[in-house]
Amino acid sequence: MNLLFFICGFIAIVFVLFISIYLIISGLPAIREIGLVDFLFGTEWASTAAEPKFGILPFILTSIYGTCGAILIGVPVGFMTAVFLSKVASPRLAAVVRPAVDLLAGIPSVVYGLIGMMVLVPAVRRAFNLPDGASLFCAIIVLAIMILPSIISVSETALNAVPREYEEASLALGATHIETVFRVSVPAASSGIAAAVVLGIGRAIGEAMAIIMVAGNVANMPSLFSSVRFLTTAVASEMAYASGLQRQALYSIALVLFIFIMIINVALNTLLKRKKG
Amino acid sequence: MEEKKIVMQPLSGRRRAYDRVLRFLLYFCAGLTCALLVFIIGYIFVRGLPHITWDFLSTAPSYINDTIGILPNITNTIYIVVVTLIIILPLGVGAAVYLTEYARNKKLVAAIEFATETLTGIPSIIFGLVGMLFFCELLGLQASLLAGSLTLVIATIPTIIRTTQESLKTVPESYREASLGLGAGKWHMIRTVVLPSSIDGIVTGCILAVGRIVGESAALLFTAGMGMSMNSFFSSFGNFIHSSGASLTVALYVYARERAEFDVAFAIAAILMLLTLVINLSASLVGRKLKRK
Repeated sequence: MNLLFFICGFIAIVFVLFISIYLIISGLPAIREIGLVDFLFGTEWASTAAEPKFGILPFILTSIYGTCGAILIGVPVGFMTAVFLSKVASPRLAAVVRPAVDLLAGIPSVVYGLIGMMVLVPAVRRAFNLPDGASLFCAIIVLAIMILPSIISVSETALNAVPREYEEASLALGATHIETVFRVSVPAASSGIAAAVVLGIGRAIGEAMAIIMVAGNVANMPSLFSSVRFLTTAVASEMAYASGLQRQALYSIALVLFIFIMIINVALNTLLKRKKG
Repeated sequence: MEEKKIVMQPLSGRRRAYDRVLRFLLYFCAGLTCALLVFIIGYIFVRGLPHITWDFLSTAPSYINDTIGILPNITNTIYIVVVTLIIILPLGVGAAVYLTEYARNKKLVAAIEFATETLTGIPSIIFGLVGMLFFCELLGLQASLLAGSLTLVIATIPTIIRTTQESLKTVPESYREASLGLGAGKWHMIRTVVLPSSIDGIVTGCILAVGRIVGESAALLFTAGMGMSMNSFFSSFGNFIHSSGASLTVALYVYARERAEFDVAFAIAAILMLLTLVINLSASLVGRKLKRK
Protein backbone atom coordinates (compact mmCIF):
# COMPACT_ATOMS: atom_id res chain seq x y z
CA MET A 1 0.00 0.00 0.00
CA ASN A 2 2.79 2.42 0.89
CA LEU A 3 4.42 1.83 -2.45
CA LEU A 4 1.16 2.57 -4.25
CA PHE A 5 0.79 5.94 -2.54
CA PHE A 6 4.44 6.66 -3.18
CA ILE A 7 3.87 6.14 -6.89
CA CYS A 8 0.77 8.34 -6.87
CA GLY A 9 2.72 11.04 -5.05
CA PHE A 10 5.26 11.16 -7.81
CA ILE A 11 2.73 11.39 -10.59
CA ALA A 12 2.90 15.19 -10.83
CA ILE A 13 6.69 15.16 -11.08
CA VAL A 14 6.51 12.40 -13.68
CA PHE A 15 4.01 14.37 -15.77
CA VAL A 16 6.07 17.57 -15.66
CA LEU A 17 9.29 15.76 -16.55
CA PHE A 18 7.50 13.85 -19.27
CA ILE A 19 6.15 17.01 -20.88
CA SER A 20 9.45 18.87 -20.61
CA ILE A 21 11.52 16.05 -22.06
CA TYR A 22 9.02 15.31 -24.78
CA LEU A 23 8.85 18.95 -25.85
CA ILE A 24 12.63 19.33 -25.84
CA ILE A 25 13.14 16.16 -27.86
CA SER A 26 10.53 17.07 -30.45
CA GLY A 27 11.33 20.78 -30.48
CA LEU A 28 15.07 20.68 -30.98
CA PRO A 29 15.44 19.08 -34.46
CA ALA A 30 13.70 21.92 -36.29
CA ILE A 31 15.67 24.55 -34.37
CA ARG A 32 18.89 22.76 -35.29
CA GLU A 33 17.88 22.60 -38.93
CA ILE A 34 16.69 26.20 -39.21
CA GLY A 35 19.33 27.65 -36.93
CA LEU A 36 18.56 29.14 -33.53
CA VAL A 37 19.13 32.76 -34.58
CA ASP A 38 17.15 32.47 -37.81
CA PHE A 39 14.37 30.74 -35.94
CA LEU A 40 14.07 33.12 -33.00
CA PHE A 41 14.87 36.37 -34.79
CA GLY A 42 13.68 35.71 -38.32
CA THR A 43 10.95 38.18 -39.12
CA GLU A 44 9.20 36.16 -41.75
CA TRP A 45 7.03 33.07 -41.33
CA ALA A 46 6.10 31.45 -44.61
CA SER A 47 5.78 27.80 -43.75
CA THR A 48 3.99 26.68 -46.90
CA ALA A 49 5.91 28.76 -49.44
CA ALA A 50 8.07 27.10 -52.09
CA GLU A 51 11.08 28.34 -50.16
CA PRO A 52 9.75 28.09 -46.64
CA LYS A 53 10.86 30.60 -44.03
CA PHE A 54 10.54 29.85 -40.35
CA GLY A 55 11.15 33.04 -38.39
CA ILE A 56 9.03 33.28 -35.26
CA LEU A 57 9.92 36.79 -34.12
CA PRO A 58 6.44 38.03 -35.16
CA PHE A 59 4.82 35.42 -32.90
CA ILE A 60 7.12 36.12 -29.97
CA LEU A 61 6.60 39.87 -30.22
CA THR A 62 2.85 39.48 -30.66
CA SER A 63 2.66 37.28 -27.58
CA ILE A 64 4.70 39.79 -25.59
CA TYR A 65 2.76 42.84 -26.81
CA GLY A 66 -0.56 41.08 -26.38
CA THR A 67 0.30 40.00 -22.85
CA CYS A 68 1.59 43.47 -21.90
CA GLY A 69 -1.56 45.07 -23.28
CA ALA A 70 -3.80 42.66 -21.42
CA ILE A 71 -1.87 43.29 -18.20
CA LEU A 72 -2.03 47.05 -18.71
CA ILE A 73 -5.82 46.91 -18.92
CA GLY A 74 -6.62 43.88 -16.80
CA VAL A 75 -4.42 44.54 -13.79
CA PRO A 76 -5.79 47.98 -12.78
CA VAL A 77 -9.39 46.82 -13.13
CA GLY A 78 -8.73 43.51 -11.40
CA PHE A 79 -6.69 45.10 -8.64
CA MET A 80 -9.35 47.73 -7.94
CA THR A 81 -12.05 45.07 -7.88
CA ALA A 82 -9.98 43.02 -5.44
CA VAL A 83 -9.51 46.04 -3.16
CA PHE A 84 -13.22 46.69 -3.38
CA LEU A 85 -14.08 43.12 -2.44
CA SER A 86 -11.58 42.88 0.35
CA LYS A 87 -11.78 46.31 2.00
CA VAL A 88 -14.74 48.39 0.87
CA ALA A 89 -17.72 46.24 -0.05
CA SER A 90 -20.22 45.29 2.61
CA PRO A 91 -20.31 41.53 3.23
CA ARG A 92 -23.64 41.34 1.47
CA LEU A 93 -22.39 43.13 -1.64
CA ALA A 94 -19.21 41.06 -1.66
CA ALA A 95 -21.35 37.93 -1.52
CA VAL A 96 -22.84 38.98 -4.84
CA VAL A 97 -19.67 40.16 -6.58
CA ARG A 98 -17.44 37.24 -5.55
CA PRO A 99 -19.54 34.49 -7.17
CA ALA A 100 -19.71 36.70 -10.25
CA VAL A 101 -15.92 36.70 -10.41
CA ASP A 102 -15.84 32.92 -9.94
CA LEU A 103 -18.33 32.57 -12.74
CA LEU A 104 -16.19 34.74 -15.00
CA ALA A 105 -13.33 32.32 -14.29
CA GLY A 106 -15.47 29.33 -15.19
CA ILE A 107 -16.61 30.51 -18.61
CA PRO A 108 -14.94 28.34 -21.28
CA SER A 109 -12.43 30.19 -23.43
CA VAL A 110 -14.27 29.38 -26.66
CA VAL A 111 -17.27 31.28 -25.31
CA TYR A 112 -15.08 34.34 -24.77
CA GLY A 113 -13.79 33.79 -28.30
CA LEU A 114 -17.29 33.60 -29.71
CA ILE A 115 -18.40 36.82 -28.02
CA GLY A 116 -15.20 38.55 -29.11
CA MET A 117 -15.71 37.37 -32.65
CA MET A 118 -19.38 38.35 -32.88
CA VAL A 119 -19.43 41.55 -30.81
CA LEU A 120 -15.96 42.99 -30.38
CA VAL A 121 -14.52 42.39 -33.85
CA PRO A 122 -17.41 44.06 -35.75
CA ALA A 123 -17.47 46.90 -33.22
CA VAL A 124 -13.74 47.54 -33.65
CA ARG A 125 -14.10 47.43 -37.42
CA ARG A 126 -16.83 50.07 -37.35
CA ALA A 127 -15.23 52.24 -34.68
CA PHE A 128 -11.82 52.47 -36.33
CA ASN A 129 -12.96 52.10 -39.92
CA LEU A 130 -10.88 49.03 -40.65
CA PRO A 131 -11.35 46.53 -43.46
CA ASP A 132 -11.30 43.74 -40.86
CA GLY A 133 -11.76 44.12 -37.13
CA ALA A 134 -9.85 40.98 -36.14
CA SER A 135 -6.67 42.42 -34.69
CA LEU A 136 -4.17 42.53 -31.85
CA PHE A 137 -6.40 45.14 -30.22
CA CYS A 138 -9.34 42.72 -29.97
CA ALA A 139 -7.07 40.00 -28.64
CA ILE A 140 -5.79 42.35 -25.93
CA ILE A 141 -9.33 43.21 -24.81
CA VAL A 142 -10.40 39.56 -24.70
CA LEU A 143 -7.24 38.55 -22.82
CA ALA A 144 -7.69 41.41 -20.36
CA ILE A 145 -11.17 40.15 -19.53
CA MET A 146 -10.01 36.55 -19.27
CA ILE A 147 -7.21 37.28 -16.80
CA LEU A 148 -9.45 39.39 -14.54
CA PRO A 149 -10.67 36.52 -12.32
CA SER A 150 -7.18 35.19 -11.54
CA ILE A 151 -5.89 38.66 -10.74
CA ILE A 152 -8.90 39.43 -8.56
CA SER A 153 -8.83 36.23 -6.54
CA VAL A 154 -5.08 36.16 -5.89
CA SER A 155 -4.92 39.87 -4.99
CA GLU A 156 -7.95 39.53 -2.75
CA THR A 157 -6.37 36.65 -0.87
CA ALA A 158 -3.23 38.74 -0.37
CA LEU A 159 -5.22 41.76 0.81
CA ASN A 160 -7.27 39.67 3.23
CA ALA A 161 -4.08 38.40 4.81
CA VAL A 162 -2.89 41.88 5.85
CA PRO A 163 -2.92 41.99 9.68
CA ARG A 164 -5.75 44.12 11.08
CA GLU A 165 -3.37 45.90 13.46
CA TYR A 166 -1.64 47.65 10.56
CA GLU A 167 -4.91 49.12 9.41
CA GLU A 168 -6.12 49.98 12.88
CA ALA A 169 -2.86 51.80 13.60
CA SER A 170 -3.25 53.84 10.46
CA LEU A 171 -6.88 54.70 11.22
CA ALA A 172 -5.99 55.69 14.77
CA LEU A 173 -3.41 58.12 13.38
CA GLY A 174 -6.19 59.90 11.54
CA ALA A 175 -5.92 58.47 8.05
CA THR A 176 -9.20 57.96 6.23
CA HIS A 177 -10.37 54.50 5.32
CA ILE A 178 -9.34 54.89 1.69
CA GLU A 179 -5.94 56.30 2.61
CA THR A 180 -5.40 53.36 4.94
CA VAL A 181 -6.28 50.90 2.23
CA PHE A 182 -3.99 52.37 -0.41
CA ARG A 183 -1.09 53.54 1.76
CA VAL A 184 -1.00 50.66 4.27
CA SER A 185 -2.88 47.54 3.16
CA VAL A 186 -1.82 47.57 -0.48
CA PRO A 187 1.92 48.00 0.20
CA ALA A 188 1.68 45.27 2.83
CA ALA A 189 0.11 42.92 0.28
CA SER A 190 2.43 43.95 -2.53
CA SER A 191 4.16 40.60 -3.06
CA GLY A 192 0.81 38.82 -3.28
CA ILE A 193 -0.39 41.38 -5.78
CA ALA A 194 2.82 40.93 -7.76
CA ALA A 195 2.07 37.20 -7.78
CA ALA A 196 -1.37 38.00 -9.16
CA VAL A 197 0.20 39.98 -11.99
CA VAL A 198 2.62 37.17 -12.81
CA LEU A 199 -0.23 34.67 -12.78
CA GLY A 200 -2.11 36.96 -15.16
CA ILE A 201 0.91 37.04 -17.47
CA GLY A 202 1.01 33.25 -17.47
CA ARG A 203 -2.69 32.99 -18.25
CA ALA A 204 -2.49 35.55 -21.03
CA ILE A 205 0.55 34.12 -22.75
CA GLY A 206 -0.88 30.59 -22.73
CA GLU A 207 -4.38 31.32 -23.99
CA ALA A 208 -5.07 29.93 -27.44
CA MET A 209 -8.67 29.23 -28.36
CA ALA A 210 -10.20 32.59 -27.50
CA ILE A 211 -7.63 34.66 -29.35
CA ILE A 212 -7.49 32.40 -32.38
CA MET A 213 -11.07 33.56 -32.95
CA VAL A 214 -10.40 37.30 -32.64
CA ALA A 215 -6.79 37.98 -33.65
CA GLY A 216 -7.16 37.35 -37.38
CA ASN A 217 -4.32 34.86 -37.48
CA VAL A 218 -2.00 36.28 -40.15
CA ALA A 219 1.71 36.05 -39.40
CA ASN A 220 2.35 39.82 -39.42
CA MET A 221 4.76 41.74 -37.27
CA PRO A 222 2.54 43.04 -34.48
CA SER A 223 0.79 46.37 -34.69
CA LEU A 224 -2.32 47.30 -32.80
CA PHE A 225 -4.85 47.13 -35.62
CA SER A 226 -3.40 44.47 -37.86
CA SER A 227 -4.19 40.81 -37.97
CA VAL A 228 -1.64 38.92 -35.90
CA ARG A 229 -0.66 35.47 -34.74
CA PHE A 230 0.44 34.54 -31.21
CA LEU A 231 2.80 31.72 -30.21
CA THR A 232 -0.18 29.66 -29.10
CA THR A 233 -2.31 30.32 -32.15
CA ALA A 234 0.65 29.63 -34.46
CA VAL A 235 0.72 26.09 -33.06
CA ALA A 236 -3.04 25.67 -33.09
CA SER A 237 -3.71 27.01 -36.55
CA GLU A 238 -1.25 24.95 -38.55
CA MET A 239 -1.12 21.73 -36.57
CA ALA A 240 -4.06 20.18 -38.37
CA TYR A 241 -2.34 20.01 -41.76
CA ALA A 242 1.39 20.53 -41.13
CA SER A 243 3.97 17.94 -42.06
CA GLY A 244 7.74 17.55 -42.24
CA LEU A 245 9.89 20.47 -41.19
CA GLN A 246 6.84 22.72 -40.85
CA ARG A 247 5.39 20.35 -38.28
CA GLN A 248 8.67 20.14 -36.41
CA ALA A 249 8.90 23.93 -36.41
CA LEU A 250 5.51 24.00 -34.69
CA TYR A 251 6.92 21.77 -31.94
CA SER A 252 9.77 24.24 -31.61
CA ILE A 253 7.29 27.10 -31.21
CA ALA A 254 5.63 25.11 -28.45
CA LEU A 255 9.04 24.64 -26.85
CA VAL A 256 9.66 28.41 -26.90
CA LEU A 257 6.23 28.97 -25.36
CA PHE A 258 6.99 26.32 -22.74
CA ILE A 259 10.25 28.06 -21.81
CA PHE A 260 8.37 31.34 -21.34
CA ILE A 261 5.83 29.57 -19.15
CA MET A 262 8.49 27.85 -17.04
CA ILE A 263 10.20 31.20 -16.36
CA ILE A 264 6.85 32.66 -15.32
CA ASN A 265 6.11 29.64 -13.12
CA VAL A 266 9.40 29.90 -11.28
CA ALA A 267 8.86 33.65 -10.77
CA LEU A 268 5.36 33.00 -9.46
CA ASN A 269 6.57 30.33 -7.08
CA THR A 270 9.30 32.56 -5.66
CA LEU A 271 6.83 35.40 -5.13
CA LEU A 272 4.28 33.19 -3.39
CA LYS A 273 6.94 31.65 -1.20
CA ARG A 274 8.30 35.02 -0.20
CA LYS A 275 4.81 35.97 0.88
CA LYS A 276 4.57 32.94 3.13
CA GLY A 277 8.02 33.38 4.65
CA MET B 1 -15.05 78.74 31.57
CA GLU B 2 -14.05 77.36 28.25
CA GLU B 3 -15.42 74.02 27.30
CA LYS B 4 -12.80 71.51 26.31
CA LYS B 5 -13.69 69.85 23.09
CA ILE B 6 -11.91 67.51 20.81
CA VAL B 7 -12.17 69.14 17.43
CA MET B 8 -11.64 66.98 14.38
CA GLN B 9 -9.82 68.93 11.73
CA PRO B 10 -11.83 68.79 8.55
CA LEU B 11 -10.02 66.91 5.81
CA SER B 12 -8.05 69.14 3.50
CA GLY B 13 -9.37 69.52 -0.03
CA ARG B 14 -6.63 67.40 -1.51
CA ARG B 15 -7.20 64.53 0.86
CA ARG B 16 -10.92 64.68 0.29
CA ALA B 17 -10.40 64.58 -3.48
CA TYR B 18 -7.98 61.64 -3.13
CA ASP B 19 -10.60 59.83 -1.11
CA ARG B 20 -13.42 60.55 -3.53
CA VAL B 21 -11.51 59.69 -6.69
CA LEU B 22 -10.21 56.38 -5.40
CA ARG B 23 -13.54 55.41 -3.92
CA PHE B 24 -15.17 56.14 -7.26
CA LEU B 25 -12.55 54.07 -9.09
CA LEU B 26 -13.09 51.13 -6.74
CA TYR B 27 -16.84 51.11 -7.33
CA PHE B 28 -16.34 51.72 -11.04
CA CYS B 29 -13.98 48.75 -11.52
CA ALA B 30 -16.07 46.35 -9.45
CA GLY B 31 -19.14 47.53 -11.36
CA LEU B 32 -17.32 47.04 -14.65
CA THR B 33 -16.41 43.46 -13.74
CA CYS B 34 -20.01 42.64 -12.86
CA ALA B 35 -21.35 44.46 -15.90
CA LEU B 36 -19.04 42.39 -18.12
CA LEU B 37 -20.37 39.19 -16.63
CA VAL B 38 -23.99 40.28 -16.95
CA PHE B 39 -23.38 41.33 -20.55
CA ILE B 40 -21.67 38.05 -21.47
CA ILE B 41 -24.34 35.88 -19.86
CA GLY B 42 -27.17 38.01 -21.20
CA TYR B 43 -25.81 38.15 -24.74
CA ILE B 44 -25.13 34.42 -24.90
CA PHE B 45 -28.58 33.55 -23.56
CA VAL B 46 -30.43 35.99 -25.80
CA ARG B 47 -28.64 34.76 -28.90
CA GLY B 48 -28.45 31.11 -27.89
CA LEU B 49 -31.48 30.00 -25.91
CA PRO B 50 -34.06 30.46 -28.74
CA HIS B 51 -32.13 27.98 -30.86
CA ILE B 52 -32.11 25.20 -28.31
CA THR B 53 -34.85 22.79 -29.27
CA TRP B 54 -35.44 19.20 -28.40
CA ASP B 55 -34.43 18.12 -31.90
CA PHE B 56 -31.24 20.11 -31.58
CA LEU B 57 -30.34 18.32 -28.37
CA SER B 58 -31.42 14.84 -29.33
CA THR B 59 -30.17 14.25 -32.86
CA ALA B 60 -26.90 13.91 -34.70
CA PRO B 61 -26.11 16.28 -37.57
CA SER B 62 -27.56 15.05 -40.82
CA TYR B 63 -26.41 16.11 -44.27
CA ILE B 64 -29.45 14.53 -45.89
CA ASN B 65 -31.97 16.54 -43.90
CA ASP B 66 -29.57 19.47 -43.60
CA THR B 67 -30.09 19.67 -39.85
CA ILE B 68 -27.61 20.14 -37.06
CA GLY B 69 -27.92 18.36 -33.74
CA ILE B 70 -25.46 18.21 -30.93
CA LEU B 71 -26.31 14.90 -29.28
CA PRO B 72 -22.93 13.40 -30.30
CA ASN B 73 -21.10 16.32 -28.75
CA ILE B 74 -23.09 16.00 -25.54
CA THR B 75 -22.35 12.30 -25.24
CA ASN B 76 -18.69 12.86 -26.17
CA THR B 77 -18.36 15.44 -23.41
CA ILE B 78 -19.97 13.07 -20.90
CA TYR B 79 -17.67 10.22 -21.92
CA ILE B 80 -14.59 12.40 -21.62
CA VAL B 81 -15.67 13.67 -18.20
CA VAL B 82 -16.43 10.19 -16.88
CA VAL B 83 -13.27 8.53 -18.17
CA THR B 84 -11.03 11.36 -17.02
CA LEU B 85 -12.60 11.36 -13.55
CA ILE B 86 -12.26 7.59 -13.22
CA ILE B 87 -8.53 7.92 -13.83
CA ILE B 88 -7.73 11.09 -11.89
CA LEU B 89 -9.74 10.30 -8.77
CA PRO B 90 -7.60 7.44 -7.47
CA LEU B 91 -4.37 9.00 -8.76
CA GLY B 92 -5.08 12.48 -7.41
CA VAL B 93 -6.44 11.36 -4.05
CA GLY B 94 -3.55 8.91 -3.74
CA ALA B 95 -1.04 11.67 -4.40
CA ALA B 96 -2.70 13.93 -1.84
CA VAL B 97 -2.72 11.12 0.74
CA TYR B 98 0.95 10.49 0.10
CA LEU B 99 1.78 14.18 0.51
CA THR B 100 -0.13 14.67 3.76
CA GLU B 101 0.06 11.25 5.45
CA TYR B 102 3.17 9.46 4.27
CA ALA B 103 5.82 11.85 2.99
CA ARG B 104 8.41 12.69 5.62
CA ASN B 105 11.03 14.34 3.45
CA LYS B 106 10.26 18.08 3.34
CA LYS B 107 12.31 18.68 0.22
CA LEU B 108 10.51 15.94 -1.61
CA VAL B 109 7.12 17.38 -0.67
CA ALA B 110 8.27 20.82 -1.84
CA ALA B 111 9.40 19.32 -5.16
CA ILE B 112 6.08 17.56 -5.67
CA GLU B 113 4.15 20.69 -4.80
CA PHE B 114 6.28 22.71 -7.19
CA ALA B 115 5.57 20.16 -9.92
CA THR B 116 1.84 20.41 -9.20
CA GLU B 117 1.97 24.20 -9.41
CA THR B 118 3.92 23.98 -12.65
CA LEU B 119 1.38 21.61 -14.12
CA THR B 120 -1.37 24.11 -13.25
CA GLY B 121 0.48 26.83 -15.11
CA ILE B 122 1.12 24.95 -18.34
CA PRO B 123 -1.25 26.18 -21.07
CA SER B 124 -3.70 23.67 -22.47
CA ILE B 125 -2.39 24.03 -26.00
CA ILE B 126 0.86 22.45 -24.78
CA PHE B 127 -1.03 19.58 -23.18
CA GLY B 128 -2.84 19.18 -26.48
CA LEU B 129 0.38 19.08 -28.46
CA VAL B 130 2.15 16.61 -26.18
CA GLY B 131 -1.02 14.51 -25.92
CA MET B 132 -1.26 14.37 -29.68
CA LEU B 133 2.40 13.41 -30.09
CA PHE B 134 2.38 10.80 -27.36
CA PHE B 135 -1.08 9.26 -27.16
CA CYS B 136 -2.25 9.69 -30.72
CA GLU B 137 0.96 9.08 -32.62
CA LEU B 138 3.38 7.15 -30.45
CA LEU B 139 0.78 4.91 -28.79
CA GLY B 140 -1.28 4.76 -31.97
CA LEU B 141 -4.59 5.84 -30.47
CA GLN B 142 -5.21 8.33 -33.29
CA ALA B 143 -7.48 11.24 -32.54
CA SER B 144 -9.90 9.56 -30.16
CA LEU B 145 -11.90 10.14 -27.03
CA LEU B 146 -9.48 7.98 -25.06
CA ALA B 147 -6.50 10.07 -26.17
CA GLY B 148 -8.45 13.22 -25.26
CA SER B 149 -9.33 11.87 -21.83
CA LEU B 150 -5.77 10.82 -21.11
CA THR B 151 -4.51 14.26 -22.09
CA LEU B 152 -7.03 15.84 -19.75
CA VAL B 153 -5.85 13.54 -16.96
CA ILE B 154 -2.49 15.31 -17.10
CA ALA B 155 -4.12 18.72 -17.31
CA THR B 156 -6.63 18.35 -14.48
CA ILE B 157 -4.87 16.19 -11.91
CA PRO B 158 -3.43 19.22 -10.01
CA THR B 159 -6.98 20.36 -9.22
CA ILE B 160 -7.80 17.09 -7.47
CA ILE B 161 -4.45 16.88 -5.70
CA ARG B 162 -4.67 20.43 -4.36
CA THR B 163 -8.27 20.38 -3.11
CA THR B 164 -7.90 16.93 -1.56
CA GLN B 165 -4.67 17.96 0.13
CA GLU B 166 -6.33 21.08 1.57
CA SER B 167 -9.15 19.08 3.05
CA LEU B 168 -6.88 16.32 4.36
CA LYS B 169 -4.96 18.99 6.24
CA THR B 170 -8.14 20.06 8.03
CA VAL B 171 -8.71 16.61 9.52
CA PRO B 172 -7.76 17.02 13.19
CA GLU B 173 -4.61 15.21 14.26
CA SER B 174 -6.54 13.76 17.22
CA TYR B 175 -8.69 11.68 14.87
CA ARG B 176 -5.58 10.02 13.51
CA GLU B 177 -4.11 9.48 16.95
CA ALA B 178 -7.35 8.00 18.25
CA SER B 179 -7.55 5.61 15.34
CA LEU B 180 -3.91 4.55 15.62
CA GLY B 181 -4.28 4.30 19.39
CA LEU B 182 -7.11 1.81 18.95
CA GLY B 183 -4.70 -0.33 17.02
CA ALA B 184 -5.62 0.48 13.44
CA GLY B 185 -2.95 0.18 10.78
CA LYS B 186 -2.00 3.22 8.79
CA TRP B 187 -3.94 2.23 5.67
CA HIS B 188 -6.93 1.23 7.79
CA MET B 189 -6.80 4.59 9.53
CA ILE B 190 -6.68 6.47 6.22
CA ARG B 191 -9.51 4.44 4.74
CA THR B 192 -11.88 4.57 7.69
CA VAL B 193 -11.08 7.88 9.36
CA VAL B 194 -9.11 10.34 7.24
CA LEU B 195 -10.74 9.92 3.84
CA PRO B 196 -14.37 9.86 5.05
CA SER B 197 -13.88 13.07 7.00
CA SER B 198 -12.44 14.87 4.01
CA ILE B 199 -14.98 13.64 1.49
CA ASP B 200 -16.37 17.16 0.96
CA GLY B 201 -13.02 18.42 -0.25
CA ILE B 202 -12.66 15.50 -2.63
CA VAL B 203 -16.14 16.17 -4.02
CA THR B 204 -15.30 19.86 -4.48
CA GLY B 205 -12.15 18.85 -6.31
CA CYS B 206 -14.17 16.60 -8.60
CA ILE B 207 -16.65 19.36 -9.37
CA LEU B 208 -13.86 21.80 -10.17
CA ALA B 209 -12.20 19.18 -12.36
CA VAL B 210 -15.48 18.61 -14.20
CA GLY B 211 -15.70 22.36 -14.78
CA ARG B 212 -12.20 22.41 -16.19
CA ILE B 213 -12.87 19.41 -18.44
CA VAL B 214 -16.16 20.78 -19.76
CA GLY B 215 -14.54 24.12 -20.57
CA GLU B 216 -11.39 22.67 -22.10
CA SER B 217 -10.91 23.09 -25.82
CA ALA B 218 -7.29 23.61 -26.87
CA ALA B 219 -6.16 20.34 -25.31
CA LEU B 220 -8.94 18.41 -27.03
CA LEU B 221 -8.78 19.89 -30.51
CA PHE B 222 -5.98 17.62 -31.70
CA THR B 223 -6.33 14.74 -29.24
CA ALA B 224 -10.04 13.97 -29.27
CA GLY B 225 -10.52 15.38 -32.75
CA MET B 226 -13.44 17.02 -34.45
CA GLY B 227 -15.72 14.09 -35.29
CA MET B 228 -19.36 15.10 -35.32
CA SER B 229 -21.01 11.74 -35.89
CA MET B 230 -22.60 9.57 -33.26
CA ASN B 231 -20.32 7.09 -31.56
CA SER B 232 -21.80 4.06 -29.92
CA PHE B 233 -19.32 3.20 -27.22
CA PHE B 234 -21.27 0.47 -25.56
CA SER B 235 -21.25 -1.72 -28.63
CA SER B 236 -17.50 -1.96 -28.85
CA PHE B 237 -14.46 -0.68 -27.04
CA GLY B 238 -12.75 -0.16 -30.40
CA ASN B 239 -14.99 2.82 -31.00
CA PHE B 240 -13.72 4.46 -27.90
CA ILE B 241 -10.09 3.95 -28.82
CA HIS B 242 -10.31 4.86 -32.44
CA SER B 243 -13.14 7.21 -33.21
CA SER B 244 -12.67 10.92 -32.91
CA GLY B 245 -15.35 12.96 -31.26
CA ALA B 246 -15.75 16.67 -30.72
CA SER B 247 -16.70 17.82 -27.24
CA LEU B 248 -19.19 20.69 -26.88
CA THR B 249 -16.41 23.29 -26.77
CA VAL B 250 -14.65 21.93 -29.84
CA ALA B 251 -17.99 21.73 -31.65
CA LEU B 252 -18.62 25.38 -30.79
CA TYR B 253 -15.24 26.29 -32.26
CA VAL B 254 -15.80 24.28 -35.42
CA TYR B 255 -19.32 25.63 -36.02
CA ALA B 256 -18.30 29.23 -35.34
CA ARG B 257 -15.01 29.36 -37.22
CA GLU B 258 -15.17 26.81 -39.95
CA ARG B 259 -18.83 26.55 -40.82
CA ALA B 260 -20.13 30.02 -39.91
CA GLU B 261 -23.16 28.43 -38.21
CA PHE B 262 -23.40 31.14 -35.58
CA ASP B 263 -26.84 30.22 -34.28
CA VAL B 264 -25.57 26.74 -33.50
CA ALA B 265 -22.45 28.19 -31.89
CA PHE B 266 -24.51 30.47 -29.66
CA ALA B 267 -26.85 27.64 -28.72
CA ILE B 268 -23.85 25.52 -27.66
CA ALA B 269 -22.41 28.53 -25.81
CA ALA B 270 -25.70 28.91 -23.93
CA ILE B 271 -25.58 25.25 -22.93
CA LEU B 272 -21.96 25.65 -21.79
CA MET B 273 -22.93 28.71 -19.76
CA LEU B 274 -25.76 26.79 -18.09
CA LEU B 275 -23.32 23.98 -17.26
CA THR B 276 -20.82 26.50 -15.86
CA LEU B 277 -23.55 28.02 -13.71
CA VAL B 278 -24.58 24.63 -12.34
CA ILE B 279 -20.98 23.57 -11.71
CA ASN B 280 -20.08 26.82 -9.91
CA LEU B 281 -23.22 26.69 -7.85
CA SER B 282 -22.70 23.11 -6.72
CA ALA B 283 -19.01 23.74 -5.99
CA SER B 284 -19.88 26.67 -3.76
CA LEU B 285 -22.66 24.71 -2.03
CA VAL B 286 -20.31 21.84 -1.22
CA GLY B 287 -17.61 24.34 -0.24
CA ARG B 288 -19.98 26.07 2.16
CA LYS B 289 -20.89 22.76 3.72
CA LEU B 290 -17.19 22.08 4.17
CA LYS B 291 -16.65 25.40 5.90
CA ARG B 292 -19.55 24.89 8.29
CA LYS B 293 -17.97 21.68 9.46
